[in-house]
Amino acid sequence: MSGERETSRMQISRRDLLRAGGVGIAGAALLGAAGCGGSQRASSSNSGGKQGLVSRGDIHIEFISHGPASDPFWSVVINGINQAEKDLGVSVKYRAPDTYSVPQIQQNFDSAIASNPSGIAATVADPSAFGPKVKKAVSKGIPVVMLNAGLDVWQKLGALNYVGQTEYQAGVEAGKKMAQSGVKSALVINHQQGVVTLDQRFEGFKKGIGGNAKQIAVNGNDPTAVRNGVKTALKQNPGVDGLLTLGPQGALPTLQALKGNNRIKFATFDLAPEILRAVRDGRMLFAIDQQQFLQGYLPVAFLTTYVQYLLHPIGVVPTGPAFVTKDNAQKVISLSKEGIR
Amino acid sequence: MAQTATADERVRQVGFLRRWLTRPELAAVAGAVLVFAFFAIVAGDSGFLTLGGAASYLEVAAQLGVVTVPVSLLMIAGEFDLSVGSMVGAAGMLIALGVTQFGWPLWLSIAAAIVFAALVGLFNGYVVIKTRLHSFIVTLGMLFALRGLTIGFTRLITSRTQIGGLDSATHGSPLRPIFAGTVGGFPVSIIWWLVLAAIGTWVLQRTVFGNWTFGAGGDPDAARNVGVPVDRVKITLFVCTAVSAALLAAIQVLAAGSADVLRGENLELQAIAASVIGGVLLTGGYGSVVGALFGALIFGMVQQGIFFTGVNTDWFLVFVGVMLLVAVLFNNYIRKRASEAR
Repeated sequence: MSGERETSRMQISRRDLLRAGGVGIAGAALLGAAGCGGSQRASSSNSGGKQGLVSRGDIHIEFISHGPASDPFWSVVINGINQAEKDLGVSVKYRAPDTYSVPQIQQNFDSAIASNPSGIAATVADPSAFGPKVKKAVSKGIPVVMLNAGLDVWQKLGALNYVGQTEYQAGVEAGKKMAQSGVKSALVINHQQGVVTLDQRFEGFKKGIGGNAKQIAVNGNDPTAVRNGVKTALKQNPGVDGLLTLGPQGALPTLQALKGNNRIKFATFDLAPEILRAVRDGRMLFAIDQQQFLQGYLPVAFLTTYVQYLLHPIGVVPTGPAFVTKDNAQKVISLSKEGIR
Repeated sequence: MAQTATADERVRQVGFLRRWLTRPELAAVAGAVLVFAFFAIVAGDSGFLTLGGAASYLEVAAQLGVVTVPVSLLMIAGEFDLSVGSMVGAAGMLIALGVTQFGWPLWLSIAAAIVFAALVGLFNGYVVIKTRLHSFIVTLGMLFALRGLTIGFTRLITSRTQIGGLDSATHGSPLRPIFAGTVGGFPVSIIWWLVLAAIGTWVLQRTVFGNWTFGAGGDPDAARNVGVPVDRVKITLFVCTAVSAALLAAIQVLAAGSADVLRGENLELQAIAASVIGGVLLTGGYGSVVGALFGALIFGMVQQGIFFTGVNTDWFLVFVGVMLLVAVLFNNYIRKRASEAR
């Protein structure tokens, strides 16, 4: 009996203590915050980024992508993110699976949302799988900027805006440009079968060039197989006078396969130092740049200005297609070596 | 005297045909002939039968074959090495970084890659022996770890995942023709492949080490009891597989002029598949290097042959998968027939 009473009394007193302590801590925090705010305001002229609704040091952005860090393309996106982190003084966490995996990316969305971030930047490569996750984040009041994939759905999902290239349109432009240079029939080398954006590039290209394009799939991780495969495919299709690769993994071995062959006009999506040298030296017609550095940099910048000032660009911010040709290749080469282009 | 020696009742007389039918490499040889005939008929008029066509698939087969030779020996010894694919990426990147970023001469870069590979092989073998964990798990861990290290370090040093420009950086090096030259119009990698297969066959069939290899894979406890240094055999073979991956990396990096952090992905499975097509048992203790040679040849022919046929390349993996299954089923059937008929 007495023991029981003792316990209950203790519980009450503990609860009271906790309550009192909580109020005390909250009060102290408020006071501290006020004090901090005061000192900030005093030196606001030279403490860029500390005004607004939150201080930049407190901004934590989750970057959810389907692009593995090992991919040459995504490695440049990550360089853009890192630069934005440095320039803006915010922190960003990049989450992507090593190989494309829908459940893994869904999991990444869930843990990102659970970490209560200031904002989410996301690629929505599969709208039916990742769309609901974006909606869930938006409904919890987390601002979302979409990039690279999901152009058709960003508005419906409630994202602030979209940063990226429309792959289909980029393909169309590439096809037109190749047709302008006199190509009648083209071969397209796909280095990673099953990736939706690569298929969109091909479909667009086919439209742009006027229908005369055939796709060949190769294993992009085996350069010898790609090089010999392209050689064989060209012999198989003697009428072909144009060649397009959908990325650097296909482009570098193809350059080797075309050594000494001046008849075929060759172009590629995405950049690498050798591709740029080849464009500069006239061995390649052009390279399509979607300026993916911006796809890393801008979403972080947009989320920062939104969280801090409620400001954001409206609509789609296109990063491509930009064309690298003989005229501007030299300048881009040094930037490519730094992982910016 | 000679009469009694040949008529020794303890030694059963086995006919030539049966002896040949029970050879482990039979199915692979037959399979290679089958695949060759298929492409010769379907795509013979489109260059498959020319020397250039042969060079095209032989080079792909050779690059796989360089790794398949030691992988098949290791499998006969009862172990797997799943880390060879990642090792090709890691060693290739090490060579490319050495030449283009650290300014090392080519020989030093290649030597560094080979030493690194040998150490990883030693580690693989040592962990398998000491912990008694299955090599499948140990080298699976190494598969991920090595690939991750390659990606991490390459990004740290270059901010990219692909390094090119090796053509100009290694121009005029006397090592180039050894790894990436041509002999009579054929890539030199084919010679590496054939020489390694010859050495592998000799070791397996004619040396004590070869006997130990069969023993280690067939029944390691029994082998230990008769004095076979099973642990040493296995560790040596782990080192061999890793070093062969570094060798392939040197060949591939110099032939392609570039290195990529994802190079060699799935190569470990292709090497195992080529060995199995070649008659090596997944459980160890049985197989041959010649079979593995033909297994790699089948792989190369199937992989490049599809380009000659002009068939939609969407179906390529189906083709490889079916070929693999057919070869193994055929292999099993022949072996069963041969042993039942005793």
